Amino acid sequence: MPKNPDIKKVLVIGSGPIIIGQAAEFDYAGTQACRSLKEEGIEVVLLNSNPATIMTDKDIADRVYIEPLTVEVVEQLILKEKPDSVLPTLGGQAGLNLAMELEEKGFLKEHNVRLIGTTSETIRKAEDRQEFKDTMEKIGEPVAASLVVTNVEDGIAFTNKIGYPVVLRPAYTLGGSGGGIAYDEEQLVEILSNGLRLSRVGEVLVERCIAGWKEIEYEVMRDSAGNCITVCNMENIDPVGVHTGDSIVVAPSQTLGDKEYQMLRTSALNIISELGITGGCNVQYALHPESFEYCVIEVNPRVSRSSALASKATGYPIAKVAAKIALGYTLDEIPNAITGKTYASFEPMLDYCVVKIPRLPFDKFISAKRTLTTQMKATGEVMSICNNFEGALMKAIRSLEQHVDSLMSYDFTALSREELLEDLKTVDDMRIWRIAEALRKGISYEEIHDITKIDIWFIDKLAILVEMEQALRSGELTEDLLREAKRIEFPDTVIARLTGRKESEIKELRRQWNITASYKMVDTCAAEFAATTPYYYSVYGGENEADGRSDRKKVLVLGSGPIRIGQGIEFDFCSVHCTWAFAKEGYETIIINNNPETVSTDFDIADKLYFEPLTPEDVENVVNIEKPDGAVVQFGGQTAIKLTEALIKMGVKILGTSAENVDAAEDRELFDQILEECHIPRPKGHTVYTADEAIRAANELGYPVLVRPSYVLGGQGMQIAINDEDVDQYIGVINRIAQEHPILVDKYLVGKEIEVDAVCDGEDILIPGIMEHIERAGIHSGDSISVYPAQTISDTAKKTIEEYTKRLARSLHVIGMINIQFIVCGEEVYVIEVNPRSSRTVPYISKVTGIPIVPLATKVILGHKIREMGYEPGLQPEADYFAIKMPVFSFEKIRGADISLGPEMKSTGECLGIAETFNEALYKAFLGAGINLPKHKNMIMTIRDADKPEAVEIAKRFEALGYKIYATRSTAKVFKENGIHAIRTNKIEQPSPNLMDLILGHKIDLVIDIPEQGVEHSRDGFVIRRNAIETGVNVLTAIDTARALVTSLENTDIKKLTLIDIAKVNRK
Amino acid sequence: MMKAFLILEDGHVFTGTSIGSKKEVISEIVFNTSMTGYLEVLTDPSYAGQAVCMTYPLIGNYGICYEDQESLRPWPDGYIVRELSRLPSNFRSQDTIQNFLKRFDIPGIAGIDTRALTRILREEGTMNGMITTNENYDLDEIIPKLKAYTTGKVVEKVTCSEKTVLKGNGPKVALMDFGAKNNIAKSLNKRGCQVTIYPANTTAEEILKASPDGIMLSNGPGDPKECTDIIKEVKKLYESDVPIFAICLGHQLMALANGMDTHRLKYGHRGGNHPVKDLETGRVYISSQNHGYVVDTDNLDPAVAVPAFVNVNDGTNEGLRYTGKNIFTVQFHPEACPGPQDSSYLFDRFMEMMGGKN
Repeated sequence: MPKNPDIKKVLVIGSGPIIIGQAAEFDYAGTQACRSLKEEGIEVVLLNSNPATIMTDKDIADRVYIEPLTVEVVEQLILKEKPDSVLPTLGGQAGLNLAMELEEKGFLKEHNVRLIGTTSETIRKAEDRQEFKDTMEKIGEPVAASLVVTNVEDGIAFTNKIGYPVVLRPAYTLGGSGGGIAYDEEQLVEILSNGLRLSRVGEVLVERCIAGWKEIEYEVMRDSAGNCITVCNMENIDPVGVHTGDSIVVAPSQTLGDKEYQMLRTSALNIISELGITGGCNVQYALHPESFEYCVIEVNPRVSRSSALASKATGYPIAKVAAKIALGYTLDEIPNAITGKTYASFEPMLDYCVVKIPRLPFDKFISAKRTLTTQMKATGEVMSICNNFEGALMKAIRSLEQHVDSLMSYDFTALSREELLEDLKTVDDMRIWRIAEALRKGISYEEIHDITKIDIWFIDKLAILVEMEQALRSGELTEDLLREAKRIEFPDTVIARLTGRKESEIKELRRQWNITASYKMVDTCAAEFAATTPYYYSVYGGENEADGRSDRKKVLVLGSGPIRIGQGIEFDFCSVHCTWAFAKEGYETIIINNNPETVSTDFDIADKLYFEPLTPEDVENVVNIEKPDGAVVQFGGQTAIKLTEALIKMGVKILGTSAENVDAAEDRELFDQILEECHIPRPKGHTVYTADEAIRAANELGYPVLVRPSYVLGGQGMQIAINDEDVDQYIGVINRIAQEHPILVDKYLVGKEIEVDAVCDGEDILIPGIMEHIERAGIHSGDSISVYPAQTISDTAKKTIEEYTKRLARSLHVIGMINIQFIVCGEEVYVIEVNPRSSRTVPYISKVTGIPIVPLATKVILGHKIREMGYEPGLQPEADYFAIKMPVFSFEKIRGADISLGPEMKSTGECLGIAETFNEALYKAFLGAGINLPKHKNMIMTIRDADKPEAVEIAKRFEALGYKIYATRSTAKVFKENGIHAIRTNKIEQPSPNLMDLILGHKIDLVIDIPEQGVEHSRDGFVIRRNAIETGVNVLTAIDTARALVTSLENTDIKKLTLIDIAKVNRK
Repeated sequence: MMKAFLILEDGHVFTGTSIGSKKEVISEIVFNTSMTGYLEVLTDPSYAGQAVCMTYPLIGNYGICYEDQESLRPWPDGYIVRELSRLPSNFRSQDTIQNFLKRFDIPGIAGIDTRALTRILREEGTMNGMITTNENYDLDEIIPKLKAYTTGKVVEKVTCSEKTVLKGNGPKVALMDFGAKNNIAKSLNKRGCQVTIYPANTTAEEILKASPDGIMLSNGPGDPKECTDIIKEVKKLYESDVPIFAICLGHQLMALANGMDTHRLKYGHRGGNHPVKDLETGRVYISSQNHGYVVDTDNLDPAVAVPAFVNVNDGTNEGLRYTGKNIFTVQFHPEACPGPQDSSYLFDRFMEMMGGKN
């Protein structure tokens, strides 16, 4: 069936801010889909509140709205843009939920807009627990015994009937939010009541627990003619019980025979056919390990994280094909872009093995429980490809960038055999390391399997890796042994460590014995057809298919690895734009990256894609084949920057700012020298190595001080200390991770925090705009609300900022991007941090100013000048609208994480509020971040002494808006003295009714809890904040954020939001 | 570990380790892209006369489960893999693939770059090769031998020696065993058919004498044109009014019996991902395939037959409907095993042709 000619203008809804459970994969899917639609001549209107995405570029869609994802906004947008269709299945759950609400309201029908991709009926059948169950029963597909409940009592009654344990799954939530396994009634009540609250429709599914069964997924596609195919299947190494997003996953399945494989495949096709899905769909199964019994766990009637993984694992572009299907094409009409010869109606065959490992945020949330459950906690993931499982696992491990490079990286050697057997029961992100230690201690496969339920095939593979460790440690390093170690992807560093040799010796031995990496192509068809798309992975032993010859100049672009807190999707945005800019300049582009969720690892972004870990050795292997003319490191975040030294050693030219100058910005003494030469003040500070030195430095500077390791991103390990004890404790925390670099102790200045991204061509600079943080210095810039243009600083200060930026860029000889953070106290401007590279704010500032900074910086790197590109150097004229970047957190997903903000970054994503007035922009930003007030108009305030005077003013304003304010003793006292009708409430350790009762009573909209600076010595605040977050209450922990929120509430009417087409913004 | 060598007639030599039997073998080298179902592939009689290379690199993961065999023994002359799992894991596994190959004296080679081999076969076409453990091989001596090798009449080798009956209460089906996979008979028997399996050299008269409700022509190995005697019998079956359904070799033999031609594909279709389009409905099904030859339909006389299925990838014929006859034939494998079960509905269609019900 050819394209439906009635579809001319399509609204694509994106997924909003990056949160746990909804990450970069939807930017990848959405971007691919938009490009696919534009290819067909469709006018694309895009809505997504996330400014860091590639899909919100004007190159990707025709009209771009970075607005909150609410029903009201979509309605207004439909009235304004009059699209004929809405494509809701590419924006994850957020997009799907919005479309469903509009459909249910009758709005779409009323305005003659159709849902394309998949009908609302289908979505309901797949998403509504009861309808889904009924549908499965109708076609004879087994589901675990379950009941949808809307109250706790029914849940208890049903569970008593089917027996504990039970799994609880709230309807319509992301990444299994609020779900869990209950083993007794107490747990049942806790999880169930929480889940009921978090579900959009107040429903939770109570289900027979099938924990321990194999978890298998199928990615299926179907077109409107009813043709269906499976793109791939995947097996979770972690059996049912761990969310698939937190599981180590292998594709294709390894332990299923053809009978099991085909049984589930046929089931998946039956399901997609019965549901009538047109597009992509993901079906998750639990398969009994010792029979053919299976249960359908879940169906996602849309592209998902798993489909992004399946696309990258097979080369089959699911989102692109789904978009074409939405337009009416059938699978046999859509060409396979990889082979160029075959069609989308086939099934990819892999001749390799793919392993995905989740990237969990426990390095950021030290207090959080590492336990993995049915509620997803990972912020991102890495994928690797190899022709053996062991190798794929080893490569994935070292792609994580978590100080892990082998199965020895977490140390469990101190545990006795008995302790280890006990510890094996723990289901967390270190489980495979624990199993490795169990194998070293001679615990049998069966014992390990009995405890973990992990299939012994995988346990045996771990054993092969452990045996290799032992062989390398004890035996002679023969050619055969080294060859085998490399075949299963032991990195040279690990081989060196185990054999007691130097890494260079291993490299030399490999050279002598000709043990080198070669590259194989991901071609969707196991080499059956010649493929045209150069998408490669490395193996040891075998023919090399990658051809390094080229008649063009070649540039290597290093990606940014897994999405984690502090290094998010922004850097993928930068890498992709840099790649495109190089291509426009006639370069052959080569990307190395390992994140399957991103646009940069799509097969048609660069001329060549190497899906590889980003370690010096892995990069060098690519360099040996490709011999690039240069590499860019300034767009890939810290991951790429860290490779600079290694690249230079390989003889690769670093394009743009030189490595010495990157160092100069990070090296305290060199940097101090430069600041002095430039006559730029900075907060006083010292470089120290020990706790004693740190305390001495802190006392000399006077508290409060900021303590942090140098060479960090996202404020990792950074804290404000108010006394010696704090300093002592922090140094302890920091030193947990081996420090090659010193620790910085700085005077902590209270002032306005300002941030600037600039491009420098060696002489001139270009500053698109100055961004001001709403929260005072001390809260990580990534967690602050950022306002463009800056609102409260004087023109003189702005001039000073421009001048300092120029001086710094010049003296650091920046060619390309620079990011500087300032503190402004009155007219005084201090520099607090300089990063001669692309930053988190680059996508945001590019979009709101319409100045394409990354392409400009890329051109500058290639020798172009700012003036010749048509820009007047210096600070660009300010916009006549306001654009506010709001951080978004995923605290509800991470049990035990402290949500109070500080110098260490905690947000997972961001959204934008853009409007003609400051207040409306602020309102939109809060709305986009999910702070949608009021509901009950009740709030709780508990404020530290220092902020009480300011809190009074804020409380008055909330009261004026009709809020009833509950406050703890001292806060209530101050409020009452100032004429606020605060209701004094007991602290949580005091008798009921206390704060906790209020929060759990579900009548509170907002908690403003401003903790003391430094280490919090009471657990009270922590408990309040956690409970509030876990029951879905908004919590603010900074006084400035609270003021901003009340300001936005005072001034805005949700029905009258103005919508701004970003594609038309141009400040040039 | 003993070294083994795979020597191709174009002079390529792959060095790996020996698996299974140590005996030396010359064979036609083909590749199969299925990711699961290695046992079904090994026991598919259509591989007689060939050494099969699995493109999926990890083989043997779930061991050997005898009930999954498609015939009583493995048929390939040789087996070529990247890696055999040292530990199989599956609740039904009864043995390891290593033992299985040894027991049936199938020589093989592991540890070679199977993707490189596949690329050679794809570019240069299916060719002959030798698997040997003799380190002192002499290419000058071997290559002429490889070039001269032909698979010969392999159907005789794989067909059953006497007829057997699977009891059923439904239509009576005569299954001509040219190297039939078990699941063909099972698929019919499951639908209630009484299936009588005949050796390939059974005459049409004998089959028709039993007055079957339908005749099933099975898959099988080798060049269809070498089956000259069988083709004559198939022609007689064609002329009867008994409904006929044919798969793979059966499909080719029916075409040859009716004056059509077959030709050899450059490297065949072997795997579980081949899209075939039902020309009647326009629907595309993913099919299991295993064939090196194909029916030439360029000058097909519509008075004899019309194409019923076509391969979406390369446009080759995948099935024929015989004009004025209750006969249809397919090139692919609706009985699956290994591979997708999407086209199993064709057995239902055959049931309808025989006037039976499901």
